[in-house]
Amino acid sequence: MILRRVAVISYGMTKVDKHWNKSLRSLFGEAALNAINKVKNPKIDAIIVGNMCASDLSDQNNIGAIVADELGLTPITAYRVEAACGSGGAALLTGFSLVSSGVYNVVMVGGVEKLTDNIGKMTSFSLGKAADAEYELFYGATFASLNALLMNRYMYVYKTPREAFADFAVLMHKNGAKNPYAQLPFEINREIALNSEYIADPIRLYDCAPIGDGAAVIILCSLEEASKYTDSFVEIIGISGASDTINIASRDDLLSLKATVTAANNAYKMAKVTPKDIDVAEIHDTFTITAAISLEDLGFCERGKFDKFLYEGAFEPGGIVAINPSGGLKSRGHPVGATGVYQAAEITMQLLGEAGKMQIPNAEIGLTHNMGGVGSSVYVSIMKRVK
Amino acid sequence: MSVPRYWREIPYRIRLEAKKCKLCNYVNYPPRSKCLKCGSTEFEKYILPKRGKLLSFSIIRNPPIGFDKKTPYVIGLVELEDGTRLITQITDIDINELKIGMEVEQVFRKITEDGDSGIIQYGVKFRPKNM
Repeated sequence: MILRRVAVISYGMTKVDKHWNKSLRSLFGEAALNAINKVKNPKIDAIIVGNMCASDLSDQNNIGAIVADELGLTPITAYRVEAACGSGGAALLTGFSLVSSGVYNVVMVGGVEKLTDNIGKMTSFSLGKAADAEYELFYGATFASLNALLMNRYMYVYKTPREAFADFAVLMHKNGAKNPYAQLPFEINREIALNSEYIADPIRLYDCAPIGDGAAVIILCSLEEASKYTDSFVEIIGISGASDTINIASRDDLLSLKATVTAANNAYKMAKVTPKDIDVAEIHDTFTITAAISLEDLGFCERGKFDKFLYEGAFEPGGIVAINPSGGLKSRGHPVGATGVYQAAEITMQLLGEAGKMQIPNAEIGLTHNMGGVGSSVYVSIMKRVK
Repeated sequence: MSVPRYWREIPYRIRLEAKKCKLCNYVNYPPRSKCLKCGSTEFEKYILPKRGKLLSFSIIRNPPIGFDKKTPYVIGLVELEDGTRLITQITDIDINELKIGMEVEQVFRKITEDGDSGIIQYGVKFRPKNM
């Protein structure tokens, strides 16, 4: 039972990039000030921050205190939540719950990730911890290789042409080229994607999200009080998380990530909408195969028909649902613990009509889909424009 | 890798012991406190079969720390004869010969070692059957 309806009253982001000159705290500060300055003097009661790798790559835990300190907001409640690459989505669910329950009135939900403060090998090692350390990583599996197992199996079962995955990356870059916050804001073609270097066959470089830094923030309050702070806000009408076995070998079906199905169905039910009602979605495409399976699991695409739907324009404006106008993880970038909050900020922008060149006309209902591990932690939210 | 962290997994990673549920017969590997299928806590010790087939594979070109000398190498998802699945390395094979569905069998091999003075880690890999 939802005690209070919840609104998103503001958002702020940094560009995703290799920010050599910015630290974990200064990135968060920049995104948070962007959000705070859009609204009238919100008295923030708590900060919930998503982050995955700071303890490995920046020698820092206790991220809640770091960001409260950075913003001069002590002594408010502030803490980090972690669900690997789904940390941002987990922060959103936590922030929503705190506002909805009435424990706090105004909650800042943020995500921050600083992946470039260490050597590349350490970054990969840290990101790999989303998988099962004792029964996957022990054998030399990398995070990319576990997703590659899914991709190889997908192409074997459905006879999907390899080009379809490259063409999804092309679409993401076409979208991302219009995004001022994107890490890779340029278009590519099929040849570039197909000829990029192998990372873990069949996954090539252009199937992967890039490594980058970034921070994103949204501010939540109860729907009744939203107009005290701003004239333009959206409502979170559905939200859910779900989990699956950490080890992909323990699952019956390799070609569906059940946590996405569960989280999406719960969120659709809570919002009283169906996949057909979604105008715009920001989904978790860490790898092109993650996108293919997620589109099916979210109900936007028939099983095994990813290539057919892609070529019919189903995932573009005017199709079934506009997918990742931001460019998605592939082109906007993937500052892991912040990604789920970027998605929420981007959907908020879309519903408010503030997305500039990325704007999907008349977007009324939007969805975010954020994943940790190979589908082991998933968070889905559904937002609606408030007329 | 600390010594206890390696040593305590020996029954499961080297002898391939699993927990078979006494109520529904589901094989829990790695072992769990409650059965994944029915939630029971009644288990018997069970040794996994030594043969199976390759469900999917990937060739690692960007190795993690400790695996540089072996690159490129193959990670596989193997389905054993009883239906249990595990992630493992596929060894003793030319990467061009890899095929989904091929039959594989268990071998005992070195996995990696922790630098110059760390422990040597052993475990099971799988190779094409009838080599």
